Amino acid sequence: MSELKRTPLYDLHLSLGAKMVPFAGYEMPVQYAPGVMKEHLHTRAAAGLFDVSHMGQVRVDASSLDVAATALERLVPVSVLGLDEGRQRYGLFTDETGGILDDLMIANRGDHLFLVVNAAMKDQDIAHLQAHLIDCQVTPITDRALLALQGPSSEAALETISPGVVDMRFMDVRTLDWQGGELWISRSGYSGEDGYEISVPEGIARAFTEALLGIEAVEAIGLGARDSLRLEAGLCLYGSDIDTTTSPIEAGLAWAIQKPRRSGGDRAGGFPGADRILRELEEGASRHRVGLLPEGRAPMRAGTQLFAGDTAVGEVTSGGFGPSLERPISMGYVSINYAETGTALEADVRGKRLPVTVADMPFRPSTYKR
Amino acid sequence: MKFTEEHEWLRTDGDVIVVGITAHAAEQLGDVVFVELPEPETKVAKGDDIVVIESVKAASDITAPLDGEIVEVNDALADNPGMVNDDPLGAAWFFKMKIDDMGQLNDHMDEDAYNDMIG
Repeated sequence: MSELKRTPLYDLHLSLGAKMVPFAGYEMPVQYAPGVMKEHLHTRAAAGLFDVSHMGQVRVDASSLDVAATALERLVPVSVLGLDEGRQRYGLFTDETGGILDDLMIANRGDHLFLVVNAAMKDQDIAHLQAHLIDCQVTPITDRALLALQGPSSEAALETISPGVVDMRFMDVRTLDWQGGELWISRSGYSGEDGYEISVPEGIARAFTEALLGIEAVEAIGLGARDSLRLEAGLCLYGSDIDTTTSPIEAGLAWAIQKPRRSGGDRAGGFPGADRILRELEEGASRHRVGLLPEGRAPMRAGTQLFAGDTAVGEVTSGGFGPSLERPISMGYVSINYAETGTALEADVRGKRLPVTVADMPFRPSTYKR
Repeated sequence: MKFTEEHEWLRTDGDVIVVGITAHAAEQLGDVVFVELPEPETKVAKGDDIVVIESVKAASDITAPLDGEIVEVNDALADNPGMVNDDPLGAAWFFKMKIDDMGQLNDHMDEDAYNDMIG
């Protein structure tokens, strides 16, 4: 096992009393002194600041933005050509079997595309991009930190130190100056809350982070609460809820495949696994990712098997306690015949059959500024 | 009071012992969201997994500290598992058990030895 990497904010995390754990090859803060529950609730009530610098930031340049967008469309079922300047959209790298290689954010920053990919997948994703985007220059960005500021007080907090962000709406992308450095800001996140993701040059990352933490509403939040927040928001964790064995349609991510890439669209198909994915779009998939509400207080975690009577019908892929809902919540895959909201199932928890009900997601309505 | 390597505390109360987890263990677990207790009158052997504690982070087991029989469990934990974080040495006791051989209590650590262990 190679040595763990550190983000530009490592020393700051230690000084803030973080409990550091290995995550995707990095030493990352899983929680600070208040703990996961309070950090989660603070993010929903005010604003939480997350260090997500372990994630991969990648720049894609070509002779023109259309060339870059056309090239990227060979790897994702997303309309990249339809993405306006200053806008961002969620995307997926698919494989030849129609599985998901990773999920990512794609931003049109005018003269280039800016991608953010998962930490654990970034080396593979960059190699994949470099192998297939031969008419583009694919550049991993390794001299920038990445922060997420999430929660209802995010707008007011960021506006005080970076005026202008108030005018952005969900999935807008802007470049703003801060103390001589460029902030690459998007109004997005992975908590179900309004908020921003901010790419900061590493040289000013600590000062910028401290400026945000100096605002009363803003607290540092660890990866533990990041996970419970995204679970309540019904968002997929790559490697748990989606991977190469799940298709975008099974995963309920058909919304990420815009009309031009679907059958009958201007640029239908042309991405890996298009045969299966477009067929499932028309005919449906044999199983579906669903929300699951355990009846009692026992959390149903990843790997928990689901049954309808004696029939095995699926498995939990993420599960735990939802602090804002004050109850356990899970998500998982079930056969399509059992995927309807309200379907009563049973889960095998330590050898006991416990009742669980298929539920809509998000478990808690999102508060994006659309 | 005695302590186990699994971070349980054992307090003698007449002819039974009361068992809970230490403040150190509660802090390491983080916010406790679910506690599953054994049935009263269950015969247990030292090392049996008899309690499940789920925190926001993960599930962990608590084992029987000695051979004996569960005589009472703290049902209040079912509705208010957060007590484990708020008052681990008091209100959040887990179960009471009658042990087969009170002498075995001395196999476990005293407070100084436990504090040395957790450093």
